[in-house]
Amino acid sequence: MNWQGAVTGYLFLSIILFSLAAFYVGRSAGARFVAAEGASVHSRPIYHGAFAAIWVGLPTLLLVVLWLLFQDAVVRALVVASLPSSLTEGASPAQISLFVSEIRNVAAGRIFSEPRPEIAAAAERYASWTVIANWAMVVVALCAMALALYLARSRSAPRYRARQSFERALDVIMIGSAGLAILVTLGIIVSLTYEAIQFFMLVPPAEFFFGLNWEPQIPIRADQIAGTGAFGAVPVFTGTLLIATIALIFAIPIGLMSAIYLVEFANPRIRGVIKPILEILAGVPTVVYGFFAVLTVAPAIRQAGSLFGIAISPNSALAAGAVMGIMIIPFISSLSDDALKAVPQSMRDGSLAMGATRSETVTKVLIPAALPGIMGGILLAASRAIGETMIVVMAAGLTANLTANPLDGVTTVTVQIVTLLIGDTAFDNPKTLSAFALGLVLFIVTLCLNVLALRIVQRYRERYE
Amino acid sequence: MTDISNNQTPPAAVDWASGKAKALRKKRYAADRRLRYYGIAAISTAVLLLGILIGSLVSTGYLAFVQTHVTMEVAIDPEQVSADDPASGNYRAIVSDGVQRLFPDVEDGGALRAAAGIITNGAQVILRNRVIADRSLVGQTIRLQVPVSDPYDQLYKDVIDRDLPENRRRLNDSQIALFETLEDRGLIEAKANWGLIFSSDSRFPELAGLAGAIVGSFYALLVCFAISFPIGIAAAIYLEEFAPKNRWTDLIEVNINNLAAVPSIVFGLLGLAVFIQLFGLPRSAPLVGGLVLALMTLPTIIIVTRNSLKAVPPSIREAALGIGASRHEVILHHLLPLAIPGILTGTIIGLAQALGETAPLLLIGMNAFLTSPPGGIMEPATALPTQIFIWADSPERGFVSRTSAAILVLLGFLITMNAIAIYLRSRLERRW
Amino acid sequence: MNQMTEIALEHAITNVAPQVNAKMRGRDVNVFYGAKQALFDVNLDIGERQVTSLIGPSGCGKSTFLRCLNRMNDTIDIARMVGDITLDGQDIYDPKIDVVELRARVGMVFQKPNPFPKSIFENVAYGPKIHGLASNKTDLEEIVVTSLKKASLFDEVKDRLHEPGTGLSGGQQQRLCIARAIAVSPEVILMDEPCSALDPIATAKIEELIDELRANFTIVIVTHSMQQAARVSQRTAFFHLGILVEEGATEQIFTAPSDKRTQDYVTGRFG
Repeated sequence: MNWQGAVTGYLFLSIILFSLAAFYVGRSAGARFVAAEGASVHSRPIYHGAFAAIWVGLPTLLLVVLWLLFQDAVVRALVVASLPSSLTEGASPAQISLFVSEIRNVAAGRIFSEPRPEIAAAAERYASWTVIANWAMVVVALCAMALALYLARSRSAPRYRARQSFERALDVIMIGSAGLAILVTLGIIVSLTYEAIQFFMLVPPAEFFFGLNWEPQIPIRADQIAGTGAFGAVPVFTGTLLIATIALIFAIPIGLMSAIYLVEFANPRIRGVIKPILEILAGVPTVVYGFFAVLTVAPAIRQAGSLFGIAISPNSALAAGAVMGIMIIPFISSLSDDALKAVPQSMRDGSLAMGATRSETVTKVLIPAALPGIMGGILLAASRAIGETMIVVMAAGLTANLTANPLDGVTTVTVQIVTLLIGDTAFDNPKTLSAFALGLVLFIVTLCLNVLALRIVQRYRERYE
Repeated sequence: MTDISNNQTPPAAVDWASGKAKALRKKRYAADRRLRYYGIAAISTAVLLLGILIGSLVSTGYLAFVQTHVTMEVAIDPEQVSADDPASGNYRAIVSDGVQRLFPDVEDGGALRAAAGIITNGAQVILRNRVIADRSLVGQTIRLQVPVSDPYDQLYKDVIDRDLPENRRRLNDSQIALFETLEDRGLIEAKANWGLIFSSDSRFPELAGLAGAIVGSFYALLVCFAISFPIGIAAAIYLEEFAPKNRWTDLIEVNINNLAAVPSIVFGLLGLAVFIQLFGLPRSAPLVGGLVLALMTLPTIIIVTRNSLKAVPPSIREAALGIGASRHEVILHHLLPLAIPGILTGTIIGLAQALGETAPLLLIGMNAFLTSPPGGIMEPATALPTQIFIWADSPERGFVSRTSAAILVLLGFLITMNAIAIYLRSRLERRW
Repeated sequence: MNQMTEIALEHAITNVAPQVNAKMRGRDVNVFYGAKQALFDVNLDIGERQVTSLIGPSGCGKSTFLRCLNRMNDTIDIARMVGDITLDGQDIYDPKIDVVELRARVGMVFQKPNPFPKSIFENVAYGPKIHGLASNKTDLEEIVVTSLKKASLFDEVKDRLHEPGTGLSGGQQQRLCIARAIAVSPEVILMDEPCSALDPIATAKIEELIDELRANFTIVIVTHSMQQAARVSQRTAFFHLGILVEEGATEQIFTAPSDKRTQDYVTGRFG
């Protein structure tokens, strides 16, 4: 593994060096054109250099990155294909992937017991083919750079529009970068959907969406999967909604009221002190909130409960929801702040000049006017609460209870995703695959909330601009 | 319009001074004050909660910045360790011998085991590293200062109350008595706990440190920066300066805004399914962590860069175009240099967010138990937030204060990064 | 400056017969925005059931003075007022004065029509509701209808009282704002350039309306347009650089101003 890293590192370094070399070659050629022909040269020497450098460096860089990304998958496929039929005959994809990880372990020298001869042979093949693939990559990359340099050099001439070519290359880079955003979204959708479909082939969707029993940790034999009924996600969904609702119940009044006070009542000095404090709350990583919930809030709530003789679960929805509420306060506050500020001053003046008090102005004019903005903010906050992970992973429960009692422990979609996937890499059983089904649901729900919220906020901003 | 006679009804004079009007106004002012109090109450609650959060972290975490040490004498017997191969000596025996020297009067085997429990389980490793570093120590008797094990650390820091009844304490009377003889002899000392920063993780709280996590986070952020910074700027320039207004660019914009709001765990799922499963990149590696964080930071960088470009006044653009610069030259020579302070500020803030991100790193396995820092971006590593998660999950009491201390370290990094961003903004940013 | 103020004062006192039936009086009014002084010792009486117009070049302090009359300047953090302004002989800056009551008695219409984002009905009903002027729904409806009628808007909107006020044309919106102000039965209505955002036809309608309202209300109007001041007002005050230069019957100000600056302004030499 290490020599492979070294080869890759040197290859990247040589790409940079080649590009630099190409730059100097191109620039000196450009300089010669200027010296020979004077003002009739189209592009300045530096563009001849940049043009050569970008043609030498960029395609090769892309090639190497893609090669590195797909090399392992290709080698794996070849090794699997080369396995003797005695092993692969009738093997399920799960067994194949087990073979692959065994082969890779053996190839990397992580041997715990003497491997079977077929596996050992395959491991040897795997290792040697990886070496071949690596050196092939180096050779191909070097050839590509030499070819590119030759082409760039042969095309450059005094009348050659090197600046335009260089700028076109820049355009391609920029469009590619902007398009990456779409690629990421597509990647999310495709990968989640692909794994979710695999899951739904093992567990019928109706069971997942309407079943009331969620017990993915039960070991299930392959032939019993459909019958167990352990993948009913309803309690997981209700748990998520319960905790998110508690969070919003905490956060909306506090966030909205602080925004109202900051915008309408506070003088600039107080604003200058309070706003950064709220921003600190927003900047605290969620793992910190999670620890805070476990360390301080949950014990405090339990103690308060025992004062009144109420038994409260150590990982109650209330504790997780309340801490999540703290996390969301600055979010709601700053979005409401923006929404209130966007209401034109003339509305305020109009109301005050009628003899309305500040509070009447706020409640009867400003909030109705700012309502779309505030609602958009609340929707974004809800999406955030639903997708929040660390607080619930640390403070909420693991067992899926179908309950609306905030003093009970419930689990959430994100908690299940994390617990199902931690320490498990085999993508062949419904347990791990169900995490992707949950992830797909989470992505779609939050996406809808976000699109809706952003639309509302956008419309609202346009109205007063 | 003339059909309305202005003289038909003179406005009904309102008696503002009547008792009824006065009472109503009193009520209205009361409502006004109430709203104001609600606002103050809300803000106080938020500030108070932040105070409790920081307070509870500091009050549990400050103890971990100090570690109780015991000084013991160990004879490095050449029979147990050879100077030629110091790595494979019987250090356990040497340390046991050292414990016996510490308590010459104790002979009973059970009591001696209890006495050995005072010093950290990692004492032999500490000694071994010391001898490997300096082979001339073989054959000598040296004074070795080692951390005490977690319960005694807690005892010395008064977290364990000596006045509690014995059955409710983690240490019984005889254990405390042994420890107190050491205290009386002046062998116990609380020292600044540099191990918290410079050691790697350990199963024993008294030895566990953040070095591995800090290095892992550094590598991951490096990858994240190397990818998201150039791509983010290129994308932002295209969208702000070149993109035609059409369905595609609209789609890209909606996409970017949405990506900024997608739950972080979804990026973790993407990383797991694509980078690890499909591309076969190593699990737990900072490379994968950095790639995932880069995808999450990209929207932030694109948005700040666009705002910074927007803030450059059009007059500069027009002036440069006017003297015959190409559009690319205008951007490279004029707009970017003027926008770079804003871009850097936003990037640092985006990286600070990435530093605190936990959930996606858990999914790609950066929560491994590792006792040494990663040697590169391809080797298994943890990150600061995942280390916090691991420690928060550990049952040993000593990890509670370690976790708080680790959080304080993380918050320290975040505050530093934000402070740099604010400084950059105030120093470099130009107001037009 | 002081000398100028004295001259202005002299004019105000010598050229103008003291108003016998003054609704509001300003005495030695000084206004500061932070460190900057915007008004210098202004003395001005507002006659009851008359239209008084305040004219002068931009930034001369006429709007500032207007906003002092119902203490709207209080809403600006850095604004500070020194001097006396009375309404029916009562000092409106007296700490005992209730600013809510004051603003109900001295209504205001702004430069840009600013109907609330509510229905036409709710816009007009806003004031009576908050001040508790209607004891029941029929009362409220009656107030709304009368106010809309007085603002000459009722016929145009009677079929769509429950549609948003923001859907009306600019001129209609401004009349809606006037109806909103009338609905609390104020004694004085302040208008801050009420026609500057309107087209000539809408302006003519508002001017006609102001003339009708004069029978029941005391009106103070700030305007940029000297023609408008001449058309609608009985008395005119000319402000320049924060000083009240001259005040008098509108006809006199426009035909025989006693101050050179007034003359220069009304004849269009500056401003």
